[in-house]
Amino acid sequence: MRKIIEKTKVGDGVWEYELEAPLIAEASDPGQFVILRLHEKGERIPLTIADTNLEEGTITIVVQSAGKSTIELNQEFSKGEAIHDLAGPLGNPSEIENYGTVAVIGGGVGIALIYPIARALSEAGNHVISIIGAQSADKLFFQDRIAGVSDEVIVTTDDGSAGRKGFTSDAFRDVLESKNIDKSWAIGPVMMMKVCQEVAEEFDTELVVSLNTVMVDGTGMCGGCRVEVDGEARFACVDGPEFPGSAVDFDLLAQRTDIYEEEEECALDQFLEGESK
Amino acid sequence: MSLKEESVPMPQQDPSDRVENFDEVPLGYVREAALEEAERCLQCDPAPCIEGCPVGIDIPKFIDQLKREDFQGSINTIKESNNLPAVCGRVCPQEEQCQEVCTLGESFEPVSIGRLERFAADWERDHGSVDNAVEASREGKIAIVGSGPAGLTAASDLRKLGYEVTVFEQFHQSGGVLVYGIPEFRLPNEVVEREVDNLREMGVEIEPNTVVGRLFTVDDLLEGDRVDKYDAVFLGTGAGLPYFLDLPGENLNGIYSANEFLTRVNLMRAFKFPEYDTPVKVGKRVATIGGGNVAMDSARTALRLGADSSIVIYRRSEAQMPARDEEIQHAREEGIDFRLLRNPTRFKGDNGRVEKVECVKMELGEPDESGRPRPIPKEGSEFDIPVDNVIIAIGNSPHPLIPRTTDGLETRDRGTIKANASGRTTREGVWAGGDIVTGAATVIRAMGAGKTAAADIHGWLSSQDGWK
Ligand SMILES: Cc1cc2nc3c(=O)[nH]c(=O)nc-3n(C[C@H](O)[C@H](O)[C@H](O)COP(=O)(O)OP(=O)(O)OC[C@H]3O[C@@H](n4cnc5c(N)ncnc54)[C@H](O)[C@@H]3O)c2cc1C
Ligand SMILES: Cc1cc2nc3c(=O)[nH]c(=O)nc-3n(C[C@H](O)[C@H](O)[C@H](O)COP(=O)(O)OP(=O)(O)OC[C@H]3O[C@@H](n4cnc5c(N)ncnc54)[C@H](O)[C@@H]3O)c2cc1C
Ligand code: SF4
Ligand code: SF4
Ligand code: FES
Repeated sequence: MRKIIEKTKVGDGVWEYELEAPLIAEASDPGQFVILRLHEKGERIPLTIADTNLEEGTITIVVQSAGKSTIELNQEFSKGEAIHDLAGPLGNPSEIENYGTVAVIGGGVGIALIYPIARALSEAGNHVISIIGAQSADKLFFQDRIAGVSDEVIVTTDDGSAGRKGFTSDAFRDVLESKNIDKSWAIGPVMMMKVCQEVAEEFDTELVVSLNTVMVDGTGMCGGCRVEVDGEARFACVDGPEFPGSAVDFDLLAQRTDIYEEEEECALDQFLEGESK
Repeated sequence: MSLKEESVPMPQQDPSDRVENFDEVPLGYVREAALEEAERCLQCDPAPCIEGCPVGIDIPKFIDQLKREDFQGSINTIKESNNLPAVCGRVCPQEEQCQEVCTLGESFEPVSIGRLERFAADWERDHGSVDNAVEASREGKIAIVGSGPAGLTAASDLRKLGYEVTVFEQFHQSGGVLVYGIPEFRLPNEVVEREVDNLREMGVEIEPNTVVGRLFTVDDLLEGDRVDKYDAVFLGTGAGLPYFLDLPGENLNGIYSANEFLTRVNLMRAFKFPEYDTPVKVGKRVATIGGGNVAMDSARTALRLGADSSIVIYRRSEAQMPARDEEIQHAREEGIDFRLLRNPTRFKGDNGRVEKVECVKMELGEPDESGRPRPIPKEGSEFDIPVDNVIIAIGNSPHPLIPRTTDGLETRDRGTIKANASGRTTREGVWAGGDIVTGAATVIRAMGAGKTAAADIHGWLSSQDGWK
């Protein structure tokens, strides 16, 4: 049982949680994730460790309502309550060093996921350019925090309600046109990462992406999270989640993320029906 | 009194009923049947069956007690050597172990030792009184990594010796393959939960959700840096990494490893979706690839999840199938269709979903390293089998996480941890046993390894002799 120490709404359908987990806080590095299970009938869902607090012995996760489990967490679980299971840190940490000038791109809930990476890159001495984007202004969050660890911040929204109108990949292209970027990270929806990779390829620059595959155990024993990297099957949970964007088969990734579409809808409908009773 | 040539049959759920549910298939002996079967034992002295059991249960003694209706005595005898009798009575390959060497088996059917063991264990569940608490009476703290049969056995033996014992398990539930792999209809998770509860009552600490090698390392456990300090560590982390075939199209949707498929259904209870949140997708035609217990379990599970046809594709013939005969027979009764001497060559599908398995016909050649005839593809014999799902059940390998994060822990070429006959690894203070040392094997062998290591840990902690 893991207690929710703090719960804050940070954007439309996006909540931030501080969870009691002293050992995980101590052991984790940027880029790693946890798997949690809400209750005895819950599924195991992967969530990135967005921040840690060693004094308090807590980790921060940021959760966007996507389907049954994330909506249930965001709607039903309050401060002071407990989550049944929490395991981590899982996955490999990001490779942080002083590369020079770096761009970090976060789309949607990906904004939370690039925050610890941007901070670590900044602490390592990089000049950090952050590009964060969402559909609209109300879906944006973490702007201050990102600004605090970046040398430059560019905000984009699909509808132009905040920052510049357009996609993160457009902003990424502009940055690459005006500056020499040594390495970049992009985390967000598959489509966004795919397009960012296409842009990176045009400018012949290195891009790292973090793959949000469907996972069960998160420890390498089911192969459900497998992706094709350089034509070979790799397990996102233990070989990743970060991979060089140039090596990833994004179309296959997009397909595999949709495997359970019908079942996910069914679970969500049932849950929402129960809610409205 | 004349000796019965045949063993008392085990009542079973009817095949046409059982494919509709996940309840146990063999129903267990009732009292009269158990007494009748116990009557068949010749009480040999010396008894070869004891030698045949990897943990050396005093079989004639427990059967004699059973026959005299001293059921508590009978289960106590078993538990002196085996702390998971309800599990072993159900899933041990008895026909290759205790029962293979049974004297009675020379002329008739051997005594059904496993069924009697199950009877005694289930009797205890229903009638027995178990007083489990054990005092920590001895200096020494021992960490067990992994809660499969190897880890649970080592934990139980060491606790009985009076040590402080903590089991670290990466999953939210304990039991290893017993809970995530072997299906409900062969081994209900509730049977395993009961055994784990017993351990807890004995005073063993169980820490779930703890991925050793990530949250902390084996070195941390021995040095007591970030966690409590332990005097010895036993690694029972199993062989849980699924092999894939490395064929074109293998990452199409609808293709599962047996591990993923079985974990979704057994550990995550997808057979009760949407009451439980984890889904599993099973179409009308399911093909399982492989010929072992894992393949039988997968194919039979698919049938219970509503597949119209569930086939098993295996590259040799039935005689070489590694699955237990009983499992193959159960699968047949349920309507599993065996496509023998066939080997997949690629997976085909248009919209990102698998639609066909292309197979090639095989013939058997000279024996290979494994002693079994080598399957040779017949050139040009390729053909397609239409499918909605494929389950790949061709074996598992050990996880590299612990060897990679532990100083001085050596492995063999297939990634198994190097250990001597007592379970000592190349790292002082660290023992290993079960599938992590042998590669995928059996429950009772893993338990045997846990036992041997526990005894050696006790010996080493008591004498502090050198590490060899
Ligand atoms: C390594 C990793 C880190 C992640 N970190 C975060 C995070 O920090 N914050 C956050 O909000 N989300 C994160 N995700 C995604 C999160 O795990 C999914 O949103 C969640 O599992 C969906 O569960 P659900 O029941 O709410 O929705 P479902 O009903 O299961 O799915 C709803 C939608 O989400 C997609 N989806 C389903 N499962 C996953 C999955 N495992 N990963 C990605 N998409 C999925 C489906 O395609 C569907 O479109 C991460 C995923 C991975 C693999
Ligand atoms: C589907 C299936 C059916 C089978 N049927 C039979 C049968 O009928 N009869 C039979 O005798 N055998 C059978 N077997 C084989 C048998 O189950 C195994 O040989 C046995 O379980 C091995 O026991 P173990 O304790 O070594 O490992 P496991 O049972 O694999 O347990 C290892 C445990 O360690 C945990 N772990 C791994 N890494 C870490 C880590 N880093 N930190 C913390 N925990 C960790 C795992 O989560 C797991 O719980 C079957 C196997 C499968 C997969
Ligand atoms: S544990 Fe297995 S081998 Fe030993 S007596 Fe029981 S069934 Fe036979
Ligand atoms: S060998 Fe068979 S008959 Fe003899 S004691 Fe063992 S079980 Fe009984
Ligand atoms: S989630 Fe199971 S192997 Fe990655």
